[in-house]
Formats: sequence, C-alpha cells, structure tokens
Amino acid sequence: MAIEVRIPTILRSYTGGAKSVEGSGDTLAGLIADLEERYGGLQERLVDDSGLRRFVNVYLNDEDVRFLGGLDAPVKDGDTVTVLPAVAGGTR
Amino acid sequence: MRYDSLLDSLGRTPLVGLPRLSPAPTARLWAKLEDRNPTGSVKDRAAFFMVSQAEKEGLLKPGSTLLEPTSGNTGISLAMVAKLRGYRMICVMPENTSAERRQLLEMYGAEIISSPAAGGSNEAVRVAKQLAADHPDWVMLYQYGNEANSLAHYETTGPELLEDLPTITHFVAGLGTTGTLMGTGRYLREHVPGVQIVAAEPRYGELVYGLRNIDEGFVPELYDESVLTSRFSVSSADALRRTRELLDREGLFAGISSGAAVHAALAMALKAAAAGQPADVAVMIADGGWRYLSTGAYSGTLDEAEARLEGQLWA
Repeated sequence: MAIEVRIPTILRSYTGGAKSVEGSGDTLAGLIADLEERYGGLQERLVDDSGLRRFVNVYLNDEDVRFLGGLDAPVKDGDTVTVLPAVAGGTR
Repeated sequence: MRYDSLLDSLGRTPLVGLPRLSPAPTARLWAKLEDRNPTGSVKDRAAFFMVSQAEKEGLLKPGSTLLEPTSGNTGISLAMVAKLRGYRMICVMPENTSAERRQLLEMYGAEIISSPAAGGSNEAVRVAKQLAADHPDWVMLYQYGNEANSLAHYETTGPELLEDLPTITHFVAGLGTTGTLMGTGRYLREHVPGVQIVAAEPRYGELVYGLRNIDEGFVPELYDESVLTSRFSVSSADALRRTRELLDREGLFAGISSGAAVHAALAMALKAAAAGQPADVAVMIADGGWRYLSTGAYSGTLDEAEARLEGQLWA
C-alpha cells in the first residue's frame, strides 16, 4: 500500500532531505505512526496531545483533513497527503 | 444608478452566471464580481467597515495614522478611504508582490515599508505588530483579527447573495484573512439549511513557506473552522488554469485567487452533478486580473506562466 506524503522544507531534516515519502495506514493517525518508524521524530512535530498541531495543515488529496475526520480521516492506496505550515499567505 | 459619492457605491455587486464553465444545467456556477467596487476589490467592504467602526469608537480623527500589514488590496482600499477621510496610511508588505500593487498604493498616497520576501505575509504581520507596539498613537485596524472585516460580509455580501440566489447551495471563496468566508458563511448558514461554505486556500511555492519553524505559524484570529464545511488547497497551476478558463470561455478577466475559488467551485458542482443533485454555486471573484499582469500569469503557455509565478504571492 503506498500513500504519497509531501513534506514541507522545514521537516525534511527528518526524511533525509526527501520532499516526498511513502507510507501506509488506514487512517491519517496510522499513516503518521508508520512514517515515525522510518523517520523518527516526525510524529511529534505533527501531533500533540490535542491532535494535529495548531500550525500544521494536512491535506488529503488537496482537502484539509480537519474536515475529513482529522487524525481519524480514512486514507488509502493512491492518496496524496500534503503537510504544510500555516501561513498568513498572500496579498491581501 | 446614482450615488452621492464613490463610497456610497460600495457593494451590491453583480452576480453573473457562468453557463460555459458550469458542468450541467442544474449544476451552475455564479460569479460575484467584486472588482465592481470603488477600488476594484472585495476588500473595499472590509476597509470601509473597519474604518467606520474605528471612527465610531473614537479611535480615528483627522491626521491620524493608519498602519496595516497588507500586500495589496486591503492597503489599496484603506489608502483610498484614508485619503478621503484625511488619515496618513502606512502599509507593510512583502517585497515580492507585484508592481501594480505598489504603484496603486503610492498613487493613493500610502507609504510602504517592505518586509523580507522569504518571510511572506507572516513576516509582514510580525513587522507591523512591532511597529504598532513602537507607535501607540498609530492605529492598526488589523484585517486578520478585526471583527468589522467579517461583519462587513455578514451585513452586505451574505444578504446580497441570498437575495440574488435564493437557491444557493454552495458559497466558495479564497481563504486569506478569512473575513469573507466567516462573515458570508455565518450569514448563509443562519438562513440556508445545508448550505456548503467552501474555502479555496492558495498553495504557494516553497519560498513562501520557507524555513520558518513550524511552531511559529499563523492562523488569522478571525478564523473559526466551524463556519466552513470544506477547505481545499489549490496549487498555482490549478488556479492559473481556471483563471485562464474564465477568460477564454466566459470572457471574465479575473485575478488569480478567483481562479483558485473557481477550481474548488467546479469540484463542488461536479460532485453534485455526479450525485444527481442540483447545485447553485456562488463563487467569489475578489478582483480583476489587472493587478497581476506583471506576474506574467496571463501570457505564454500555462507551464511558462506557472514557472513565472513560482515564488510570487498571487492571492
């Protein structure tokens, strides 16, 4: 089972510089735990006691997981998960 | 139509159907044309409400100085209101925003303080907050946290949409300060059972996200997640593609955040059509394409334009 996980620049020190890694799991939580086995320390940057960290945004096939069940969001083979820091963004 | 002054013509913008882009006769897109506002963007609503509220609270008097972290439309809107009301306007913006925006701001008499490109708008906010602390007599209306921003939409944008489109099923807009979605979203959810409030969030190139510590992020104080029903991350490639489709197929010359909103709106309309459900999707056209011409987004191939857009803030 392969799910593509895109890693923001700031977290690539955990993945040996890789922009994108693969993982497996039935839920986002499972996927993150799976990644933690190969990229130790990554989980703690994404998740705290209350769930997904406040300034971390995770998108499942471009949709914010907080609207898909958060850490319980179901994931499957072929999905793309993108991790990004929360920013003020653009030109307003 | 006749108004006593420019500011009186604020809002009541047209809602136009997009018959060529809409996926089916019963799954329709409707564009709300916010470039038809006094300075050409949706921000005129928020700027006017924030200034009016500050005046009511006695925070502003002739000669007061306004300070705002803004890399564009809000600064332009505020600068116009400041000019008409006799205030000094200072804008803090990232150095990599488009030339048209700087020119417009300076034309309206605003002074610009640049923040480093690599820090993006987070850095502009940080710099502005520091300046506000250093100058207690300056007034930072602070679009990211000022309730008058979302209130403008609760009181004007929402009611206009409902009046023009009583069968509305979805409202889709770009997510920035979140004011548009919070105010319009709250209003629509109070009046239309089951309405979907959908955010289209721009996804930028790596330079914008930079190497900032992931714990030093930024979530606008106005943001209340419970008002939204979905939130999409839209790449510059997809936003660009839809912006060009708006122009090529509907003759509508829109800014790039509008392309992002249309991308999400189309996804919603297609989903409804596939499920055999009717949909009337109102989508926010926040501004025209004028302020993005120098980004190169409207010339050459999509790939060329996308490459040019990399590292730039486009929404």
